[in-house]
Amino acid sequence: MSDIPAGGPPPAKQTVPASAPQTAPVSRLGALEVDMRFLGMVGALAIIWIVFDFLADHTFLTPRNLWNLSVQTASIAVMSTGMVLVIVMRHIDLSVGSILGVTGMVMAVFQASYLMPAFGFNHPAVWMLTLVVGIALGASIGALQGFIIAYLGVPAFIVTLGGLLVWRGAAWAVAEGKTIPLTDDHFKLLGGGADGSIGAGWSWMVCTLAILAIVFATVRARQQRKRFRFPLKPVWAEFVTAGFASLAVIAATLVMNAYTLPAALARRYAEAHGIEVPADGLFISFGYAVPVLVALAVGIVMTFITTRTRFGRYVFAIGGNPEAAELAGINTRRITVQVFALMGGLAAIGAAISTARLNSATNAQGTLDELYVIAAAVIGGTSLSGGAGTVAGAMLGALVMQSLQSGMVLMRVDTPYQNIVVGMVLVFAVFIDTVYRKRFK
Amino acid sequence: MQQQTMTGTPALAPGASTIPGTPLVEMRDISIAFGGIHAVDRVSVDLMPGEVVALLGHNGAGKSTLIKILAGAYKADGGEIRIKGETVPIANPRDAKRYGIETIYQTLALADNVDAAANLFLGRELVTPWGTLDDVAMEAATREVMGRLNPNFRKFKEPVRGLSGGQRQSVAIARAIHFNARILIMDEPTAALGPQETAQVGELVKQLKAEGIGIFLISHDIHDVFDLADRVSVMKNGKLVGTARTGDVTQDEVLGMIILGKCPPGARPGPGAS
Repeated sequence: MSDIPAGGPPPAKQTVPASAPQTAPVSRLGALEVDMRFLGMVGALAIIWIVFDFLADHTFLTPRNLWNLSVQTASIAVMSTGMVLVIVMRHIDLSVGSILGVTGMVMAVFQASYLMPAFGFNHPAVWMLTLVVGIALGASIGALQGFIIAYLGVPAFIVTLGGLLVWRGAAWAVAEGKTIPLTDDHFKLLGGGADGSIGAGWSWMVCTLAILAIVFATVRARQQRKRFRFPLKPVWAEFVTAGFASLAVIAATLVMNAYTLPAALARRYAEAHGIEVPADGLFISFGYAVPVLVALAVGIVMTFITTRTRFGRYVFAIGGNPEAAELAGINTRRITVQVFALMGGLAAIGAAISTARLNSATNAQGTLDELYVIAAAVIGGTSLSGGAGTVAGAMLGALVMQSLQSGMVLMRVDTPYQNIVVGMVLVFAVFIDTVYRKRFK
Repeated sequence: MQQQTMTGTPALAPGASTIPGTPLVEMRDISIAFGGIHAVDRVSVDLMPGEVVALLGHNGAGKSTLIKILAGAYKADGGEIRIKGETVPIANPRDAKRYGIETIYQTLALADNVDAAANLFLGRELVTPWGTLDDVAMEAATREVMGRLNPNFRKFKEPVRGLSGGQRQSVAIARAIHFNARILIMDEPTAALGPQETAQVGELVKQLKAEGIGIFLISHDIHDVFDLADRVSVMKNGKLVGTARTGDVTQDEVLGMIILGKCPPGARPGPGAS
C-alpha cells in the first residue's frame, strides 16, 4: 500500500505546471459560481407565492401564513434530506410515512407509560429519552430494511412497500388503534405553536449566528483555495453571494418576528409573566418555531454529511456507478444499510415534530408522507436514475409542495382537487428537470 | 532489448522470464466457474518486476476474468496467488490495493457524476485532521498528476461524464499510477484512444517498466503486444494455451495459439494446448 499523507497537504509552494488554472472568468454570472438549478427553484417558489397571494386575496404573503408554512414544512423537509441519499443511491423508500407512524406511537406510549412514571412530570430526561428511543427505533427499522436490500438482494421498492404495510400495522398494534396524548410539555415544544417558538430576541441571535457562519464559510473557502493557488472568485462576487445569503436570512427573521400573538393570547401571556400591557397593545413576536430550527439544523448536518464526508462521497459514487464504487474498494452493502438507517432515524425526527404538533400520536399519522417526501426530493432536483441531488434542493422542494397545498387551502380548493394539482405539478416538475438535464448537462 | 538478453542466455527454459529473481506475481492453478461454466480453468501465469506480460485470447477466453481475480473483483474457486513469493489472500479490491495491485479496467470504472479528483481518490480520499474530505488537497494532487499525464487537461471541476474518451482514460490511468503501484493491470488501455494517445500510453508503459513496475497488459492489438510486452500468455476457452517470450515466437505463431490453441516450439505449453 502506498503512503498517502493522511490529510497532510502537499507543500504549498508546489507548482502546478501544465494544468495551471485559467484566470479569465467566463461571465459575470459565471463568476458568482451559483447553482443555477437552485436559483431556478427559488424563482419558481417566488412565482408560486406571488400567484397564490394574488389568487387568495393577499392572505398568502402574510407573516402569519408564512410562519405556518414554515412549521408545516418542517417534518417533510427533515425526511426529504434522507430521501435524497436513498434516491441518489438508486433506491427508494416507500415506508417513511409508516415508520413515522410507528415511531410516533412508540414515543408517545413510552413517554406516557414508562418515562413519566419513572422521572415525574416534565422532567428534562423525559423528552430526551423519548427522542433517543424514537430515533433508535427508526434507525433500527431502516437498518433492517437496508440489510434485506443490501445483503439478501431484495429490491428496495419491494422491501419498503412491504415495510409500508408492516410498520403501519405495527403503529396500530402498539396501542390497538388508540390515540395516545403526549404528556411532556418540553417534548411538545418540538411541534411549534406560541410556546414552541423562540421569540424575537433569540430569533435575531439565530440570524446573527447564521450571518457569521456565511461570512466564515466564505473566508475559509477563499483561504483554502489560496493555499494551493487555485483561481479565486473575484472579491465583488464573494460580496454579492454572501450579501444575498445574509439578506435572505435577515428577511426570513423579519417575517418570523412580524407574526405576533393574537391580542387575547398576548394579554393572557402578559398576565402570566407579569408584563404591563402598553396602551397601543402588546406585540409579542413568535420568531422562529422550534421545528423549523430543528429542520434547519438537520439540513445543515445532512449537507455536511453529503458534501464533506467520505460516507457522502461514497453514496454519490455508488449512485453514479455502483460497479466502479465496488471496484474502488467501497463496501457498497454497508453504505446501503447506513443510508436506510439514516432515513429511518430522520423519519423518527419527523415523527417527533408531527406528533408534538398534534399533541398526540395516532396510528394513521404520516399516511402518504412517503409520497410527499419523494416528491419533495424529486422536485428539488434529485435524479431518480441516481447520482444527483442536493439536500438544500430537497428542502426547497418540500417548501414548494407545502406552498401549493397551503395556497390551495387559502383559496378554499377541496382536497381532491388539491391532490389533482399536486400530482400534475410533480409530473410537470420532473419533465422540466429532464429538459434541463438534456440541455445543460 | 529483448533479443540482446536472449542471445546472452540461450539455456533459458521456454516461456520463462529473462529477468532473474522471485516473481512479483505468481498466479497458480487459478480456477473460477460461473454457473457450471469454467471461465478460468487451472491457469498459471507469472510476472517479474519491470516486466510486461501480455494476456491474449479471443473475447470470452477468460483474460478479463483472470485479472479481475488478481484485482480482487472476483474471488477464485481454486488456486493461489503469490506476491513476491508469499501466498496472499485477495478477497476484495481493498486487499489487492494493499498489495500494490492497481487496475485500469476496460470500462474505466469511473463514477460519471463526480469530478476527476473524486474519481482519482475514490475509496482513499484525503481527509483533513477533522476527518472531513480535503477536496482542495485532492484537486491539487489531481492537477499535478494530470499535468504529467495529459497536460491539456483542464476540466477539474466537471463531472467526468463531460470528458472526452481520451480524457476519461487519462483519469483512469492517473488513478492507477498515483498510488505507487507495484503491479499494474491494464485491460485494453488503448481501446478508446486515437493513434497519438495510444503512442502516449506506449511511452507510459515503457517508463513504468523502467521504474520496476510489473505490468499485465490485455490487448487485442498483436502489434502493440509485440511492441511492448516481454512475454505473452495466451488463453483459449478459459485454459492457458502457453507462455512465450516475444523474441522466441513470431506474430503468426501467436495468432495460431489464439485461434487454434496450437503451441509453437518456442513456447511453454499449458493445459489448454491442443
